[in-house]
Amino acid sequence: MKKVSFAHMGYSYLGFKQLVEDMGFEAIVPANPSPATLDLGVQYAPEFACIPFKTVLGTYLEVLNRGAEMIITSGGVGPCRAGLYGLLHEKILRNLGFKFEIFVFDPPLTGLGSFFGKLRRVLKEAHLSWPAFIEVIRRAWAKLRLLDELEQLATVTRPYELQRGATTRTFKECLAIVDRARSLKEIAAASEECRQLLKAVPRDDSRRPLRIGIVGEIYVLLEPFMNQDIEKTLGEMGAITNRSIYLTNYTTTDVLAHGTEDVRQAAHPYLNQFIGGHGQNSIGETILYAKHGFDGVVQLAPFTCIPEIVAKSILPRVSRDFNIPVLSLTIDEQTGRAGVETRLEAFVDLLRQRREQMEAKSHAALLPGY
Amino acid sequence: MSLHIGFPTALIYYSHFPFWQAYFNRLGAEVVTSPPTTKAILDDGAREAVADACIPIKLYHGHVLALKDKVDALFIPRMVRINRYATFCPKFLGLPDMVRATLGKLPPLIDLQVDAGRNLWGLWPTCRGVAEILGFSRRAAWAAYREGTRHQQAFQGLLLKGYLPLQALAKLRGELVEPAARQPGALNLAVLGYPYQVYDGYISLNIIAKLKKMGVNIRTLEMIPPDRLYQLSRQLPRRLFWHFSNLVVGATSYYLRQGDLDGIIHVTAFGCGPDAMVDKIMELDIRNYTRGQLPFMSICIDEQTGDAGMNTRLEAFVDMLLQRRGNR
Repeated sequence: MKKVSFAHMGYSYLGFKQLVEDMGFEAIVPANPSPATLDLGVQYAPEFACIPFKTVLGTYLEVLNRGAEMIITSGGVGPCRAGLYGLLHEKILRNLGFKFEIFVFDPPLTGLGSFFGKLRRVLKEAHLSWPAFIEVIRRAWAKLRLLDELEQLATVTRPYELQRGATTRTFKECLAIVDRARSLKEIAAASEECRQLLKAVPRDDSRRPLRIGIVGEIYVLLEPFMNQDIEKTLGEMGAITNRSIYLTNYTTTDVLAHGTEDVRQAAHPYLNQFIGGHGQNSIGETILYAKHGFDGVVQLAPFTCIPEIVAKSILPRVSRDFNIPVLSLTIDEQTGRAGVETRLEAFVDLLRQRREQMEAKSHAALLPGY
Repeated sequence: MSLHIGFPTALIYYSHFPFWQAYFNRLGAEVVTSPPTTKAILDDGAREAVADACIPIKLYHGHVLALKDKVDALFIPRMVRINRYATFCPKFLGLPDMVRATLGKLPPLIDLQVDAGRNLWGLWPTCRGVAEILGFSRRAAWAAYREGTRHQQAFQGLLLKGYLPLQALAKLRGELVEPAARQPGALNLAVLGYPYQVYDGYISLNIIAKLKKMGVNIRTLEMIPPDRLYQLSRQLPRRLFWHFSNLVVGATSYYLRQGDLDGIIHVTAFGCGPDAMVDKIMELDIRNYTRGQLPFMSICIDEQTGDAGMNTRLEAFVDMLLQRRGNR
């Protein structure tokens, strides 16, 4: 059986593990990225590559050392560098003497021919018919969707939890349950079970959590290792977070179609140009969060990420115009947990005070003279 | 009184200025450029621009500040594509928006898109739009567009003859300049990098002049016909996304094939997104093509780079190349 691996991005590895196994390959499941993974990547990556590049390179080195023979990954349309990372990863790894196959899938809309050509080669290798493959995809997709939904559910539960860490513990249990479910039926049952578990987390409903939107580059948004578990941290500080990107909704809007219209329209007055990556989205989504009454927005950007630098230079203006605080966090291999936590704490404090002031003002308007 | 259009002496100044100058002049507008980079211009830019931006972008902000009070409008085109092969780096795509969001109290910006990827008309749609904004007829715009094209062609011709961009610009202005004659027997060095970085004497610390002083023959990417560069940039499994990057990668393989070089220097900016890839590709390609025999040095520039450090590195590199020659 051919040993197949892929990049680690958030909890999606459970979906991809099933996909690869159902196709009849042996899955070399990448471990959660760790400081050692990153060190490995940093060693061979260009200095100014972004942290997603370095972490993914480190992950590839780890799985190749564990015997992976084939890597399946996604490409991109540019002009963000991520679309070319497959090319450079391959060049670097070959130069180090590794022998392996790599399939880089660019979004089908950029070239149907090459997309299906590659897919055909992978299927041939797997001895899989198209109808059988569609079945496989449906199951993997259902799992990926479920993972996204559970993650969302955990973020809206966490700020209410009575016992700190209870939600995260339950969520980890859920991951194990989802991992065991293989058929569509089992996945549906797992969904029900996990929802019940998360609902059963003891909570205090009298709390009024802040609402914070998270925008930025997809990989640092999705991979908790990269963003120092920002959603958990903010959740435990008493904030509901809403991430602008989940893998499945991103795939339907941006990979299989040409992006979301409302986000682009919102960004229009500030950045009327697709600049690659999620630069334009970061602007548009911040504006939408402001319009939906969110208390604040955090932008996560890998150091040297070109589209996010453009967004970062425009966001202060957006923040002023829409009266919404924005915290930009730039992430690289030097980023430490304590630093991120301190900044988030300060940001949450600021948002709380702001809310109190605004409420005080509106009370004053209701009861003149008091 | 004629209209004064500001054109910052940065970024596309080094590759496209002749076209736009001729275009605006023919329309009857005066093009005002900012002075060559000074410490003050760079400091102003670095203070205002977002901290993670690369030095050429910070510098651009500085040049806009130097110009803004002297002109009726600023010309900051949104460079998307100038041919079908590649787009510009995202910072070019968002440049007018960055400048507008970062710097206050600017004169009107002319920020039309230059997107010549979709049609055969090149810069014409942009020219037509600019003329419309400024209130000139389409006929005048056409004449100006033709004039611009002629100037740009003359500029390109000079570059191919071995004039460096600033020399070629001077020559177009009618000044007397001659390209450096190639010294037989001297070291041949390719200095590759984005023109707005290599030729801005201040931020590159006059790297070209310094090397020339050491008696080195300089090769640059402008000395190769662009078509050849685009062709060579296809050698990669996938062409890079960015315009200037493809030129650098193409030039690397062109000079590797020529085989008469003593070394290659890559000039790059701290934190440059595309160059993170370009530099690694150059390093690996040069190593593979010459079996590690051709020396390659990458010089990274930021606003802290000092003259002494640059001198030391260039001297050491040139000494090493001379020694290698002696040993052969």
